[in-house]
Amino acid sequence: MKEQAPDTQAMNSPVASSEATSGGTRVYAQEVAPPVTLSVAGVSEEGRATGSPAEPPVFSVRNLSVYYGKNLALKDVNMDIRPRRITAIIGPSGCGKSTLIRCFNRMNELIPGARVEGEVLYHGENIYAPGVDPVVVRRHIGMVFQRPNPFPKSIYENVAFGARINGYKGDMDELVERSLRRAALWDEVKNQLKKSALDLSGGQQQRLCIARAIAVEPDVILMDEPASALDPIATTRIEDLMQELKQDYSIVIVTHNMQQAARVSDETAFLYTEVDEATSARWGILVEFGPTSRIFTKPLDKRTEDYVSGRFG
Amino acid sequence: MNEARAEAQLQNWAGGRLQPGVSLRQCRPTRRRVWRDRRNTALIILGVVITLIPVVMILYQITSKGIRTMDWEFLTSSMPLSFRREGGGFLNALVGTLIMVGLATAVSVPLGIMAAVYLVEYGKGNWLARLIRFFSDVMTGVPSVFVGLFVYTALVVNFGFGALMGAASLAIIMMPIIVRSTEEMLKLVPGELKDASYGLGAAKWQTVTKVVLPSAAPGIVTGVMLAVARAAGETAPLILTALGSYQLTARLWDQPISALTLAIFDGARNPFAAGQARAWAGALELLLIVLIFTIVARVMASRSRFKR
Ligand SMILES: Nc1ncnc2c1ncn2[C@@H]1O[C@H](COP(=O)(O)OP(=O)(O)O)[C@@H](O)[C@H]1O
Ligand SMILES: [Mg+2]
Repeated sequence: MKEQAPDTQAMNSPVASSEATSGGTRVYAQEVAPPVTLSVAGVSEEGRATGSPAEPPVFSVRNLSVYYGKNLALKDVNMDIRPRRITAIIGPSGCGKSTLIRCFNRMNELIPGARVEGEVLYHGENIYAPGVDPVVVRRHIGMVFQRPNPFPKSIYENVAFGARINGYKGDMDELVERSLRRAALWDEVKNQLKKSALDLSGGQQQRLCIARAIAVEPDVILMDEPASALDPIATTRIEDLMQELKQDYSIVIVTHNMQQAARVSDETAFLYTEVDEATSARWGILVEFGPTSRIFTKPLDKRTEDYVSGRFG
Repeated sequence: MNEARAEAQLQNWAGGRLQPGVSLRQCRPTRRRVWRDRRNTALIILGVVITLIPVVMILYQITSKGIRTMDWEFLTSSMPLSFRREGGGFLNALVGTLIMVGLATAVSVPLGIMAAVYLVEYGKGNWLARLIRFFSDVMTGVPSVFVGLFVYTALVVNFGFGALMGAASLAIIMMPIIVRSTEEMLKLVPGELKDASYGLGAAKWQTVTKVVLPSAAPGIVTGVMLAVARAAGETAPLILTALGSYQLTARLWDQPISALTLAIFDGARNPFAAGQARAWAGALELLLIVLIFTIVARVMASRSRFKR
């Protein structure tokens, strides 16, 4: 913690900010970039260093609350997502991890009755501001889903899809190859680009979905439990791929697998379910957010400690 | 003692239940269960056979009787001016059916699909969607002769009999079938695919045209085929709108036009052998057309689709 916190973070950092008074025990431990010690095979320190602490955040989440109909699902989240890092969102199931990640590219709007309050600043600009087209937001912020969901089209057409709908004028073959290479899938499929994407294995399908997301040249890639439907080997490949990708992209990943969060991420956000005893209403809150190494070794909050040490609840 | 208990336990369960000391071979399905299983299987097979009997008989009759008169002359020439005379054929009726069913399809398929897309992707539960759905349901249940009467009073009275009037009545009959079957198919498109499309920055109309409709295409084609087959077989509304004719014509209005069903009806209800023979051949012709159309549509649909 040798570096100086940039202004945007000084606001809610560290423990005893104004939020702490209003929200009780909530802690915003946004310490500054980690001289992270978690070693991940094949990733250079330069890779980590690119997102220097002075660099402004890609996303600043400000007082974000999400409702499904009348039910509060996520309450008052504040966090900054750093560029070219992997930010993991962990927490027990139903605590609002998917709800939170879907706020980053306005996917929640597709759910009838969902309502978002607060701001998500993307490079300083609120993506929920009136006049911002969600379609434009999603062109910049790609998403990979929990279950591989390739289109029932050929492998080639899957990758080309985003480019086609966005009116890409360049060399499509070249774009498809580049994206598939980037997603570490090219060698496996280069001779069968015309084949149905549905004939691929689950792990290959998920890498195809990543290739498809990369092909529109986004700035951020959101992944909602991208490996939860995959076997361990396919999971490892996805994790390796994420390390590769973070040199060019900011990645936010939801995972219920703490080892995965510890292995791949630079920063970790821990979400937890708060229950109102009187009405038994439940909603998610951000309990703690900080460098992964610290969240897993020296968590500031008791609930985080219980969760990461496997003593849940 | 222990064995006695095991025995007692076995009694309580049909076929016996595995206990310590009881071999799997002792647990046999009871005679009652075996008998019931056979009986139910037999009932199901019987049901299938009974269902098939009329279908097979119809196909057999039409084929065996129709094939006698079905020849090149029948396919390529029009009705002689008298039922009594042999020879001639249903070319005029074939042309009428193709024109009217073709026009009705060209109108009702795009409109029906657009309405279904509106129901599933845009309207959801709003009043317009509920209205469309309600009328589609009512329309599928309305006897087709009423549709014919409606077109008769609305159009024929003013503009006379003709192919356009016939096509209009057929389109009205096809539309609700297409709307409802397409709607069901669109509902089956997984939300995950739409999410994937939106996640790539696709607008709604792009998602609908590039993802939703192609994914549902095979099912939509099936619904369209049903509607076309239904239209090709309609008789009552055509009596009131196209009227029927012995002449070969391709005019769309100002002139009554024939259709295969009209010609079959005409031939079958007159007492002369030659006319009845032509009716059988016409029935076979109609059957083959629907069959060929169905096969072609199926092949096209399966070509354009990837297997899961
Ligand atoms: N489409 C939805 N409609 C209504 N409630 C929802 C919807 N999606 C999620 N929720 C609710 O929001 C809460 C958080 O869900 P979610 O974000 O999916 O949690 P997680 O991804 O952490 O398991 C849950 O209580 C869930 O019931
Ligand atoms: Mg989830």
